[in-house]
Amino acid sequence: MPDQLPAGLDAAETAKRRHWMGLLARAKGEAIVSLLVDLELPAYRRIRGPETGLVMLRGRAGGDGAAFNLGEMTTTRCTIRTAEGQVGHAYVAGRDQRQAEHAALLDALLQDPDWHAAIMTAVIVPLDHAEKACIALRARRAAATRVDFLAMATMR
Amino acid sequence: MYVAVKGGEVAIDAAHAWLAEARRGDTALPELSTAQIEQQMTLAVDRVMAEGSCYDRGLAALALKQARGDSIEAAFLLRAYRTTLTRFGHAAPLDTAAMGITRRISATYKDLPGGQVLGPTFDYTHRLLDFALVAEGMAPADVPERAADEAAIPRVSELLAREGLMQREAAAEAEPSDLTREPLTFPADRSARLQNLARGDEGFLLGLGYSTQRGYGNAHPFVGEIRQGGVMVEFTPPELGFAIEIGEIDVTECQMVNQFHGSLTEPPQFTRGYGLVFGSGERKSMAMALVDRALRAQELGEDITAPAQSAEFVLYHSDNVEATGFVEHLKLPHYVDFQSELENIRAMRASVTKAAE
Repeated sequence: MPDQLPAGLDAAETAKRRHWMGLLARAKGEAIVSLLVDLELPAYRRIRGPETGLVMLRGRAGGDGAAFNLGEMTTTRCTIRTAEGQVGHAYVAGRDQRQAEHAALLDALLQDPDWHAAIMTAVIVPLDHAEKACIALRARRAAATRVDFLAMATMR
Repeated sequence: MYVAVKGGEVAIDAAHAWLAEARRGDTALPELSTAQIEQQMTLAVDRVMAEGSCYDRGLAALALKQARGDSIEAAFLLRAYRTTLTRFGHAAPLDTAAMGITRRISATYKDLPGGQVLGPTFDYTHRLLDFALVAEGMAPADVPERAADEAAIPRVSELLAREGLMQREAAAEAEPSDLTREPLTFPADRSARLQNLARGDEGFLLGLGYSTQRGYGNAHPFVGEIRQGGVMVEFTPPELGFAIEIGEIDVTECQMVNQFHGSLTEPPQFTRGYGLVFGSGERKSMAMALVDRALRAQELGEDITAPAQSAEFVLYHSDNVEATGFVEHLKLPHYVDFQSELENIRAMRASVTKAAE
């Protein structure tokens, strides 16, 4: 996250938008579809894409030194505009064009006060919970393979 | 030199039809799906992503299926595919300090903050063939879990750097070299070298890394730290003007710690060799770190005596797609070339015979 936001962007609002855009990008496309089944989504128009391209990923020498180009990653982007005129963007790792389109539509709706609460409840909160559960499971499994050197200590 | 020749279309079509049949194998057996390759041949997929220099598990799995499991052919297919896509831009450098750890080990400290986390490793397996895997339909045992503490896991290199015993990396914010845009030139800066090594052939780098341990390059490396896990990819779309997370990818990072005797400007201290690769490429990350450190010989004022220390030798020969292209081009018709060689040899033999008479 850059320290300076472009003029006109509110830090708190941007942080919220970053959160939902990140979740929609990291989720599986099918997971988003399954959360949308009971929603009646409004009409919208595609402005750009969905189109698949590449983003060059970078690392840092020694982990914290100067940047280097590590290799590319497929990425799909989409921009839509709702009938109400709200624009939504999405950049999603991978090639799932339907996911990028859904993510762009949901980004637009989440910025619309009439839709925000409903989409948060129906999509974003469940995705957030599912992701936190996955991260916690990974951490618990890793912790189970953490070496305890107790036997070594008592042998001394 | 080789010349274009016409003909053989029918033979080529027949060869490709046979190739497709050979790829499929015995049709009495179910066909392998790319999803199965993606899920069950994960390290092969990781290697193709790393050497194909394109992070996309599904594409790498497809490439492996198409290539009949030949990882170099698969990397070639992935490299060719990426040239059809436009580049949206570049991501912020991955923050490996904030990795969601699945494995983290250090060979330099037993007890260290965050501990030794083995993760899903082959280490400590007995390397005996497990014939139970021949039988299908066995569900794996439950994976044990244990309460995890939330504390951050600091880098081992940072622990040493805080004591002043580890050389800090220069944190230049200059735009790094990009070998996909400009050809390799010498002297190659560290960013070009690391990019080249990250997409280099694992076998080649493994052999070179091994050579530095065996005395060709005088290295005394320690694994300061290996960490594996998920890192966030942050990208700033110009239309937004702020960074968003566009995905999480799995990477493996290796920090090799090497002794450095000091120079006129630097005190004796430890220096780093660095490896970072897509997926769970632990062996590749270690080999990369060994070779990265060997290639720093010049900047550290060390004698360049071994192949692994020669940037031109290493960087010109590490890319398996380039290497296979040049080696395999020898299969193309060289009829005219060879004809002139034949005439040469015949003339030389004739003159030798004449002289003997």
